[in-house]
Amino acid sequence: MRHHRVLRIAAKLLIPFIMLFGLYVQFHGDFGPGGGFQAGVIFAAAIILYALIFGLENARKVAPIRIVTILISAGVLLFAGVGVVPMFLGANYLDYTPLGATQQSGQHIGILLVEFGVGITVAATMIAIFFQFAGRGRDE
Amino acid sequence: MVTGFAILRLHSLFAVVMLSGVYSLIAAAMFVALDAVDVAFTEAAVGAGISTVLMVGALSLTKQREKIPVHTPLLPMIVVLVTGAALIYGTFDMPNFGDPDAPANRYLVDRYIQESPTEIGIPNIVTSVLASYRGYDTLGEVTVIFTAGVAVLMLIGGARRRRARSETDADPEAKRE
Repeated sequence: MRHHRVLRIAAKLLIPFIMLFGLYVQFHGDFGPGGGFQAGVIFAAAIILYALIFGLENARKVAPIRIVTILISAGVLLFAGVGVVPMFLGANYLDYTPLGATQQSGQHIGILLVEFGVGITVAATMIAIFFQFAGRGRDE
Repeated sequence: MVTGFAILRLHSLFAVVMLSGVYSLIAAAMFVALDAVDVAFTEAAVGAGISTVLMVGALSLTKQREKIPVHTPLLPMIVVLVTGAALIYGTFDMPNFGDPDAPANRYLVDRYIQESPTEIGIPNIVTSVLASYRGYDTLGEVTVIFTAGVAVLMLIGGARRRRARSETDADPEAKRE
């Protein structure tokens, strides 16, 4: 698809906004519809669109598979880690209340961090699965 | 419904992939009509977007047309019918849709809607249920996604790496054994 000028320029214009929208959905999930799952998928879709238009090799340079693999587990670790912190502060597992000064701010911080973990894992997993599928049969 | 039957009848796999994308988009529109914007988001992005791309990617590795089945579809048909009958039988015990006396509606929903603004303080109740009240479930879901990603990496990525390794340093392996 590298020689389709219209597609290339349209993708160039769209990809930053898709990524921005992904971040918006990620961090605005407390106030509007959205959250980690949706944001991760939207963010991954931006990278996958990039890979479709500009080729897999370039996309692998943008998101190296080694870093993506680390991010898959980093997201789960962030989620589980945020759950463990309240245990040291004298509350139950995944009870975010002690993370902030008041109950509401604590819950808010916890939800934000947990959703961020979800987003990282979902985005990295989608990108990794796509890279594996698309790269198969090409460099073998 | 129409797209579902078309998917069943078609033999060109490319058309099937495209139709399932169409089906996902219709489902997303349906979720919006049901005021489930979060689910519609996910359905549109995953169902219509990424899974279609993955399916097309898989198609490029296989053939475009469905294979003619070698054995009769009678036994699979019986299995499907029995499972479906068991599932429908199971739904008889469930409360009616929107039943105000159902256990889920009697106290849980009221509590979430009334207490969430003071307990969590986040305008989007869906997020507060998902990440705080049901945080453990969400952790499980993330772990499922994590497992899926790792499994794909191991099944597809690992095989290639293992082959490369056995080509380059086959000798040390042999010596150690």
